[in-house]
Amino acid sequence: MGKLIISPSPHIHSKDSTRSLMLDVVIALLPAVLVSFVFYGWREILLMAVSIASCLLLEWSITRYLLKKPSTIGDLSAVVTGILLALNVPYTTPWWVLVIGAVVAMGIAKMTFGGLGQNIWNPALVGRVFLLVSFPTYMTTWSQPQGLFGADAVTGPTPLGAVQEGLMSGASVQDIMATQGYDYATLLYANIGGSAGELCALALLAGFVYLCCRRVIKPWITLSIFATVALTALIFWGINPDRFTGPVFNLLTGGLVLGACFMATDYVTSPMSVWGGVIFGVGIGLLTMMIRYFGSYPEGVSFAILIMNSFVPLLNMAFKQKKFGRK
Amino acid sequence: MSKHTFSIGGVHPHDNKISRDCPIRPLPLPPTVYLAMSQHIGAPAKPVVAVGDKVNVGQVVAEPGGFVSAFIHSSVSGTVKSIGPRKDLAGNPVTCVEIAVEGDEWDESIDRSEDLVTAIPSDNKAIIEKIRLGGVVGLGGATFPTHVKLMPPPGSKCERVIINGCECEPYLTSDFRTLLEKGEQVVVGAAILRQVMGNVPCTIAIEENKPEAIVHIREVIAKLGYEGIEVMSMKMRYPQGGEKQLIDAVMGRQVGSGALPISVGAVVQNVATALAVYDAVQKNKPIIDNSVTVTGGCLPEQANLLVRVGTPLQMILDAVGGVPESAAKIISGGPMMGKAVVNLEAATVKGTGALLLLTEAETRRGSASACIRCGKCADACPMGLEPFLLNRLCKAGDLEALEANAIQDCIECGCCLYSCPANIPLLDNIRLGKGAVLGAIRARAVAAKAAAEAAKQ
Amino acid sequence: MTSIIIWTIAIITVLGVVLALVLYLVAKKFKVEEDPRIDEVEKAMPGANCGGCGYAGCRAFAESAVKAPNLDSHFCPVGGNDTMARVAAILGYEVKAKAPQIAVVRCNGSCAVRPKTNEYDGYPSCKVKATLYSGDTGCSFGCLGCGDCVAACQFGALSMDPETGLPVVDEAKCTACGACVKACPKLLIELRPKGPRGMREAVLCVNKDKGPVAKKACASACIGCGICVKTCTHEAIILENNVAYIDPLKCKLCRECEAMCPTGSIHGVNFPKPLDKDAVKERIKIRQQKEKEAAHV
Repeated sequence: MGKLIISPSPHIHSKDSTRSLMLDVVIALLPAVLVSFVFYGWREILLMAVSIASCLLLEWSITRYLLKKPSTIGDLSAVVTGILLALNVPYTTPWWVLVIGAVVAMGIAKMTFGGLGQNIWNPALVGRVFLLVSFPTYMTTWSQPQGLFGADAVTGPTPLGAVQEGLMSGASVQDIMATQGYDYATLLYANIGGSAGELCALALLAGFVYLCCRRVIKPWITLSIFATVALTALIFWGINPDRFTGPVFNLLTGGLVLGACFMATDYVTSPMSVWGGVIFGVGIGLLTMMIRYFGSYPEGVSFAILIMNSFVPLLNMAFKQKKFGRK
Repeated sequence: MSKHTFSIGGVHPHDNKISRDCPIRPLPLPPTVYLAMSQHIGAPAKPVVAVGDKVNVGQVVAEPGGFVSAFIHSSVSGTVKSIGPRKDLAGNPVTCVEIAVEGDEWDESIDRSEDLVTAIPSDNKAIIEKIRLGGVVGLGGATFPTHVKLMPPPGSKCERVIINGCECEPYLTSDFRTLLEKGEQVVVGAAILRQVMGNVPCTIAIEENKPEAIVHIREVIAKLGYEGIEVMSMKMRYPQGGEKQLIDAVMGRQVGSGALPISVGAVVQNVATALAVYDAVQKNKPIIDNSVTVTGGCLPEQANLLVRVGTPLQMILDAVGGVPESAAKIISGGPMMGKAVVNLEAATVKGTGALLLLTEAETRRGSASACIRCGKCADACPMGLEPFLLNRLCKAGDLEALEANAIQDCIECGCCLYSCPANIPLLDNIRLGKGAVLGAIRARAVAAKAAAEAAKQ
Repeated sequence: MTSIIIWTIAIITVLGVVLALVLYLVAKKFKVEEDPRIDEVEKAMPGANCGGCGYAGCRAFAESAVKAPNLDSHFCPVGGNDTMARVAAILGYEVKAKAPQIAVVRCNGSCAVRPKTNEYDGYPSCKVKATLYSGDTGCSFGCLGCGDCVAACQFGALSMDPETGLPVVDEAKCTACGACVKACPKLLIELRPKGPRGMREAVLCVNKDKGPVAKKACASACIGCGICVKTCTHEAIILENNVAYIDPLKCKLCRECEAMCPTGSIHGVNFPKPLDKDAVKERIKIRQQKEKEAAHV
């Protein structure tokens, strides 16, 4: 027996650590990564490796040389950002575009604010939106999945892009859906144009269920986004099915599942309380649908989440848990 | 699955009741005991013996130093060796009466037979006086003098007595063993308490991880034929045994900030306190011993020991084979709210319920990293506070904001620090801020009182 | 095109003039008349806003000083007598010079003489440590070593000596603002007069335990033996609660107590020569013998 340790209570600690939580998120993302590998092949894995490596390197060098603090890459948050960033771009994107995305995500969106826990906006999304605005060609030229062992790539628009283009040329929603050959089953499990993370809703949902079961995240934000998107789409679609796409189509396309399950639920940039989370989710859902129906971009989840990120401090202040024994 | 539990927050640490199958056995008499004069909340007791006096077991060695204070009795027979400051388990000097043990002579008034006395005296005032003379204090941890709790301020009315058998802290099993081995006495003690409070209903709350105790106490109540005493099976959740949480769980009422349990009609007493009440009222036996769980994964054997008050900790640990090499921290009490022991020469007090030995791996704190705003501390806080915010305000020293955010409601249960994935020492800072805010509130109350006095004149 | 430019310039100019007028009127209307001397006094202050004077900052000090009938209850420890002389000149008061002070840490229980008995694993703050425990050494009065005083000092005058584990006061930087005095939960730090040419003598221990207990915890603790009290010919040393205290106003810096202290808890600083203990002891012995003889006669 050496010197007895003394410390204030409590003397035990739960098994959760920042690292274990982030590791759980990585595990939850694995099905989606696996599916994208199967559909897009080695190139997707290469992109992911570039993305993760640049995120880690940036965080390490910024903490080491600029902030002169102990390195924080051990908490794995940079790995999560790297994976999310890679899942947010088409697999045809050149690798150096991803490096730029990582610089924006880590350098501007995260470390400028002081690192993990201090940032206002989700780093991966800031990176993605930056790329979307700066390199629209790479970011919107989607390829039909080529497959690990599959045939040649076929270039085509994303479902949401196709619908918007079609609507502008005067076609009705039903016509577009028929010409593009979309049906809900395909959308649900795979094989639509888009970034890797939009590929397979089922794989993403499996990760979401895993996170909820492990109590890493609470489901309220995600569920309220889904509910709001479905309800808004139902109302508009009910009013004019020729002009507006329906709820199921909107739920399954355009990275909504990825955004709702993994980006909107990021601890740092989402409200803490249940009701704050619900309002946050409703806001994201409404903004997404407004951008999709009336905006010039076919896709709105990223913008919606970033806009609502800005309201998180207000939501945290407005929605507090009821205190014990107080009115 | 029972559904009774409190409404906000809480955590679910592994219960680790590894000493649950060890019957309570008496520890041999120590050669010397050290009776601390402040082993209860309130004013320290005043010694009434002098150096060289011979004392018997159960003889008064100190009398209350104020209204909120308690008698202290000799736990052994022998000679008073010294009266003076001695370091307690936190290393702070406390006045102690040192008694060298000679034989085991008990005061004649104490009924040492094993017979269960079920006939309860009818005079409630006499019962409370006996409890007072028996030096009974709350043995759940706060050590608040019991007789004070049993005399509610005028205008308030008790509606239910709750006997706290939750033992929600991990590792601890002394209350569980007491329920199993002294169930009859505890139930009679509960019956005494409910009679004193005006024949109100009584609930014995036991968490569902102690099914044997729940079954046993139900049988005892049926056997003794008591009406108005029921056993409530509680969901396992920490800090269920916190007074406010337990009242919420049992009665569905929340005690307001700064208010006493009696304000919602509740009186809560611990299982060990109920036993002490039985001993004091039915057997004339003051608190001279208490059961102490000695446990820890690094110990070769676990134990529940009946220990005379004032026994040096080292002696208790020797009884289980000494402190193992791998033990890094010794805690008096449970792992969530207990105090780490600074020196093993310190002696037990009435409220000592456990000695827990943890290894470095079990107890070493991880290095603190940045807050990731996960909100786990706020989810875990059973008082509905926001520990992350309080922590920040404490560091800034903003007492007004701290009070506005109800830091004074903190019960120091440790859920926030337990659940923080970034290992931020939330409670360390909050405890400090709470002290400062409570000081400010008290100072304000004193000033207001003085102003009122001045206005009167 | 030209008309657009002309219009733009015109509108902006008009807007500018109107807004400037509004700002002027508002400033005029809400102007608070202040004693101009407050500004002057504030300018004369060091501007550290440390609160050492007991006011929230230099401006608060100035406001209070202007209203006060004299400067007896106002003293800026940071600026010292120079600053106070300037303030007095502005306000037309007289000021008495005060002896300059310095923070003295009254604990000399270094790691070497006061071994750690426990290892502290909580938040590294003396205040937090002191809320629950007496400390991680056997001494329940001494320095906790987490550096709350260092954090409180805004002049960078305090630093922890990693070797002794005790805070060190930088005499050149210490302004005697008293922030460290408030920060120390063990009340170890005292503001003492700096002394002639910085020379001063102090008992660097506040351990109130009885001799054997104190000695066991720390080899250089004051054990309350009273030798220093008997030695001192100036009645400068008080022994209370088992601990000696040297009154700086009575101390004549003869260093006899320092030489006689059996545990070495009395320390003198800034003396030109190191203390020759044996010589001093010899001197005391001869003097005491003489006194004895005188008493016999």
